[in-house]
Amino acid sequence: MAKLTKVKTRTSGDQTEILVLVNHPMETGRVKDKKTGELKPAHYIQTMTFEVNGTKVAEASLGPAVSKNPLTSVAVKGAKPGDKVKVSWSDNKGENGGAETAVS
Amino acid sequence: MKRRTFLKGTLAGSTLAVATGAGLLTPSAVLAGTWPKAAFDTKDAAAAINAVMGSSDAAASGDIKIKAPTQAENGAVVPIKIETGMDNVESIAVMIKNNPSPLASMVALSGNAVGFYSTRCKMGKTSPVTAYVKAGGKLYSASQTVKVTVGGCGG
Repeated sequence: MAKLTKVKTRTSGDQTEILVLVNHPMETGRVKDKKTGELKPAHYIQTMTFEVNGTKVAEASLGPAVSKNPLTSVAVKGAKPGDKVKVSWSDNKGENGGAETAVS
Repeated sequence: MKRRTFLKGTLAGSTLAVATGAGLLTPSAVLAGTWPKAAFDTKDAAAAINAVMGSSDAAASGDIKIKAPTQAENGAVVPIKIETGMDNVESIAVMIKNNPSPLASMVALSGNAVGFYSTRCKMGKTSPVTAYVKAGGKLYSASQTVKVTVGGCGG
């Protein structure tokens, strides 16, 4: 079950924003399945790590309250064009994914 | 592949259990890659913020900007952006007080990261959204109410 992860950067001034979009259901475990009447099991991203040129800049912890297909972003200063950006995530079922890009 | 995920899962689970058991679930533990389960499970906003920030004693600050809609038509997707001009920002947390568990998301920053975090949250009903920023060892907060017309936590 490969889940699509997209990473994009956006630079304005000396700040570079790193945007991550993951195709993920982000089930809270509180929603009932309309057909079966049973609760859908929780399935959500728990951690997301942001790296620039191999150095960790941010580690986000997400809860079930984050929307499905979450768009999350952090920003760094002093990033140069061509710097490598890597984002990886893992969820409560042990699935993980990630993507890489270069600062444009 | 299955075996690998299984091993990873058990490993992560056991470290978390050890950390909680020894009372070591501090912000540094969060930075080291442990998902703060207790903080995300609790229904008490103060307890949650205490668990991720090491303190619940926050000073109100005008230097934290929350960019969120004042009225969200769809509670399933509420974009929330937090910006601060403070130096040495260590972590940022988003709390939605009237959600089943108030802590929505938090981020631990290091290196060249600046005080900026943006995410999209689900909101069950109208609630104050509070941003907590830990900078230079001190905790600051700012709040904004978001009105929700259709809840996003399902039936």
